[in-house]
Amino acid sequence: MSDLPLNLFEQQQRNRRQTVMWMAAFILFFAWLGFGGDLAAYLASKDANGAAQYRFPFIGIVVTLIGALVTWRAFRGGPKSLLWANGAKEIVTPSTLEEKQIANVVEEMAIASGLPLPKTYVIEDPDPNAFATGHGPEDAAIAVTTGLVQKLNREELQAVVAHEMGHVRNLDVRLMTTIAALAGFIVLLSDGLGRFMRHGAFRGGRSGGGRKGGGAGALAIIVLVLWLITLILAPLIVRLMAMGVSRNREFLADATAAELTRNPMALASALEKIESSHEPTRSIKKSAAHLCIADPLGRKLNDRQGALANLFGTHPPMAMRITRLRGMAFQAAKIQGQPA
Amino acid sequence: MTTIILLVVAVVVVFWVISAYNGLVAWKNQTANAWKQIDVQLKRRHDLIPNLVNTVKGSMEFEKETLDAVISARARAMQATTVGQTASAETALTGALGKFFAVMEAYPDLKSSANVRSLQEELASTENKIAFSRQHYNDTATKYNTKQMQFPTNMVAGLAKATPAELWEITDEAERAVPMVDLGMGRKPQA
Repeated sequence: MSDLPLNLFEQQQRNRRQTVMWMAAFILFFAWLGFGGDLAAYLASKDANGAAQYRFPFIGIVVTLIGALVTWRAFRGGPKSLLWANGAKEIVTPSTLEEKQIANVVEEMAIASGLPLPKTYVIEDPDPNAFATGHGPEDAAIAVTTGLVQKLNREELQAVVAHEMGHVRNLDVRLMTTIAALAGFIVLLSDGLGRFMRHGAFRGGRSGGGRKGGGAGALAIIVLVLWLITLILAPLIVRLMAMGVSRNREFLADATAAELTRNPMALASALEKIESSHEPTRSIKKSAAHLCIADPLGRKLNDRQGALANLFGTHPPMAMRITRLRGMAFQAAKIQGQPA
Repeated sequence: MTTIILLVVAVVVVFWVISAYNGLVAWKNQTANAWKQIDVQLKRRHDLIPNLVNTVKGSMEFEKETLDAVISARARAMQATTVGQTASAETALTGALGKFFAVMEAYPDLKSSANVRSLQEELASTENKIAFSRQHYNDTATKYNTKQMQFPTNMVAGLAKATPAELWEITDEAERAVPMVDLGMGRKPQA
């Protein structure tokens, strides 16, 4: 929390920059996967005179291009695939009173923040939760579970939507959605390649490489080992980084919610209600965990403080968030209570 | 050498004037836009009221006075022109509607009808939208006013034809005491 930004503009800039950095890191990761493979192949194909048969870094170029394509797809199509993967349905024309209420609440918060109206989505799930996605205010979407609409009263619902509106306004959605899409792909890739390695490809590669040049062969193996380690650790690293990215932003979005509704206590009691229903939100996938207002996996870890929770929790401890909101309410009451 | 320095200073000043001017114009337009947003919501409330009155007219004959208060407050609000007039007329309408909803609590049949409930949600939401658009207008207008008064932007305020925007203030003490309208969601309004 030491690096909390000073104002909205800085926060938006930071989110833009970090999105680009994540995308660049992802493409670099692919480049390493490709060109590292090339290097290993090049070293392995060297004969005694130092002349290699494998010269053109064919794998590297192809894999990097694929990486760039995947990254671009994750950025562009991230919001859509995220909503789809979590079974969110858009409310086009509200039919029931509850749908009307959530559509109205979203519109109220769009007005309060002065942003264009985001699309409203509903996820069929009894556990209360919500998330926002999109690239920014122009194409934002806010998704809430049916449990949220049922368990919270109107003011609490408004506070939760205001929190999500805060993520939209701060451009958190752009960064978090991109990370969600990229993280999802990395996990998939690492799983797939791991399986591929175990089934023969690895053994075949070694026997084919031969033992022509001793030094070059050892180097090739080192490169190969490094290459494998990155591949195995990538999903873990990506997840750790995604968690760190999301925690600070929750406090900021809570503050935005208080600013928009002028009612921090509503969000505090909403968070209490969300927390007290300890069941995991089954409809929401793991890769979207860091986007939600409360950890959808229902992990106890997020309730604790300390180094471990700081490293592995996607969300700051609920108790800490609620305390901060109460503090804001107290401040506001103190100011209003004074004679003008 | 001195001419170069003077030239650089002149260029910097010109660029600053341009950006300050454009900044003020952008704020002016944002303030005007924020005001339009209130207008949209007010108009929506004016449109919803006849609907509501027609729906409940039959079942609330005894409360003709309350209904009439809403109708006349609406008529007055629709004629207001300046910010100040609109503010006080709309505040009166909010008060009349609040009383009307409080009275309606005494009619359980009416309250439970799906039609009325949906109308009530619409009106409650419109009340909130008015409150929030007013909040947004006041925030924007305050920032605009601060900007044009602060040094050194105040030097180009005349050039950009920036004049302080009038805030929509809550003048009525009673209105200030009324919490954000939250009706029809199962809780009784405070008497």
